[in-house]
Amino acid sequence: MSAAVGYAAVAGQVVVVGAGAPLLTGWMRQVRARLEGRAGAGVLQPWRDTRKLLRKEPVTPVGTGPAFRAAPALLVATTVVAAALVPLLSTDTPVSSHADLIVVVSLIALGTLALALAGLDTGTAFGGMGASREMTVAALVEPTILLSVFALSIPAGTTNIPAIVTGAVHEPARLTSPAGLLATAALAVAVLAETGRIPVDNPSTHLELTMIHEAMVLEYAGPDLALVELGSQLRLTLLLGLLSSLFVPWGIATSASWAGLAVALVLFAAKLVLLGAVLAAAEVFWAKVRLFRVPELLAGSFLLAVLAVASSYFLSGAS
Amino acid sequence: MTGGLFTQLLDLACGAFLLAAVVVLWRRELAAIVRYFALQGVALAALAVLLGSHEARWDLVGVGLGIGVLRAGVLPYLMRRALSALSADGVHSEEVRETQPLVNVAASLLTAALLTLLAYAVARPLTELDPTPATRALPVGLAVVLIGFFVLVTRRRALAQVVGFLLLDNGITATAFLATSGVPLIVELGVSFDVLLAVLVLQILTARMRVAFGTTDIDDLRELHD
Repeated sequence: MSAAVGYAAVAGQVVVVGAGAPLLTGWMRQVRARLEGRAGAGVLQPWRDTRKLLRKEPVTPVGTGPAFRAAPALLVATTVVAAALVPLLSTDTPVSSHADLIVVVSLIALGTLALALAGLDTGTAFGGMGASREMTVAALVEPTILLSVFALSIPAGTTNIPAIVTGAVHEPARLTSPAGLLATAALAVAVLAETGRIPVDNPSTHLELTMIHEAMVLEYAGPDLALVELGSQLRLTLLLGLLSSLFVPWGIATSASWAGLAVALVLFAAKLVLLGAVLAAAEVFWAKVRLFRVPELLAGSFLLAVLAVASSYFLSGAS
Repeated sequence: MTGGLFTQLLDLACGAFLLAAVVVLWRRELAAIVRYFALQGVALAALAVLLGSHEARWDLVGVGLGIGVLRAGVLPYLMRRALSALSADGVHSEEVRETQPLVNVAASLLTAALLTLLAYAVARPLTELDPTPATRALPVGLAVVLIGFFVLVTRRRALAQVVGFLLLDNGITATAFLATSGVPLIVELGVSFDVLLAVLVLQILTARMRVAFGTTDIDDLRELHD
């Protein structure tokens, strides 16, 4: 009985993230369009784009190798595995003992690395430029994600993400401490950078001087492009979900029951819709930071994460 | 006030205190730097008032309020006046920004992380002597002292260096409060007047520098002019 609920929770997480990711992107574009006074293409537009791209004939540039061909599948696969591991709906699943923070972060980094290698593999100027920029950003973002979650893992005494979330549900005071607030801010900036949103990267631009993510995937077409786009939408959903699980954990099922799972599903969708709307509204008012200022922003968020760990360990932890 | 709430509020005040120092390092506009310095003054005053009311020592609360008036009100006001004198003629719009610090901003933020860890490492033996919530926050004061030193060394504008000096002093005051629950009133008064006079003198010096050299970039003072 409880094992069935656990497997249902894992399957539910994968299905919700997989089917919901294009919808979340469509929702964010729609909010943004409405705020800018446009009608917008509708929430379903990313799904329509994916369907259109999947029907096209696969084309690969001359001279590209296995790194270029394997990258889209690898990106989607790592993100789906991470989505199964992270406690988005339930903390009591058959895989929750494997959901270590370092595993999840390295799965996300593996996807980034695969795309950067694909960008280098094409041998074009833009591919190399995008890959080099993406790696510069990633080198500062990955330690920030690790450190900001470490700040929460110190009071929990483990780096297992479901255990951290369960602890936070039972002891909300952990999240309102200075360490929790600093970690929230650091992780929010890191998520923006990792998913390539404004102020770090503009997802809707193809202007050669500023793009980071788009420069790497410029050579993809047809079904491969559909997979790459789906992969980046999945990552956005996964990272926003991780953010909401860690810092607004209420509603996540902590025991194996069907009712708890249903409540968690509804609340997870509501949290993501709200986060997406806030992010889209904020993007209307922000400008993209100059590329040479990006390391400054990321170093700042890294510092916030270090301070979060330090205050978590020294102020309250070591008694 | 219960122990748990006191610890939470104290940690919050210390966090805001350290964060303000970091943001001073992050921002380039001198006006924003002065604003965050004022916020740090508020956090320092809150720290003193919290400690005073926890130990029911009303002179400490009075000292805290006085510090609040001086460091969140008077000193930022003086610096803002110096700043508006700098930007009044409009020609030297470069003067109100710290455009080229000696160490760039990303590297100074990473250095601040190292300095904070150093402060924690140094303060460990002190904390272990008597682990109370106040002494456990002691590294925060030391970290602000180190960050203040760093601002003083790496910034070029005279006003940014004044803020660095005041960060240093804020850090020393916070360390004194956290380690010993406050120095005697007369010492605190002396230090406060000292700081006030130093800022007044530096304000006049900044204005004289600008009249003499046309800039407040300290690096231009290396050569003798006639």
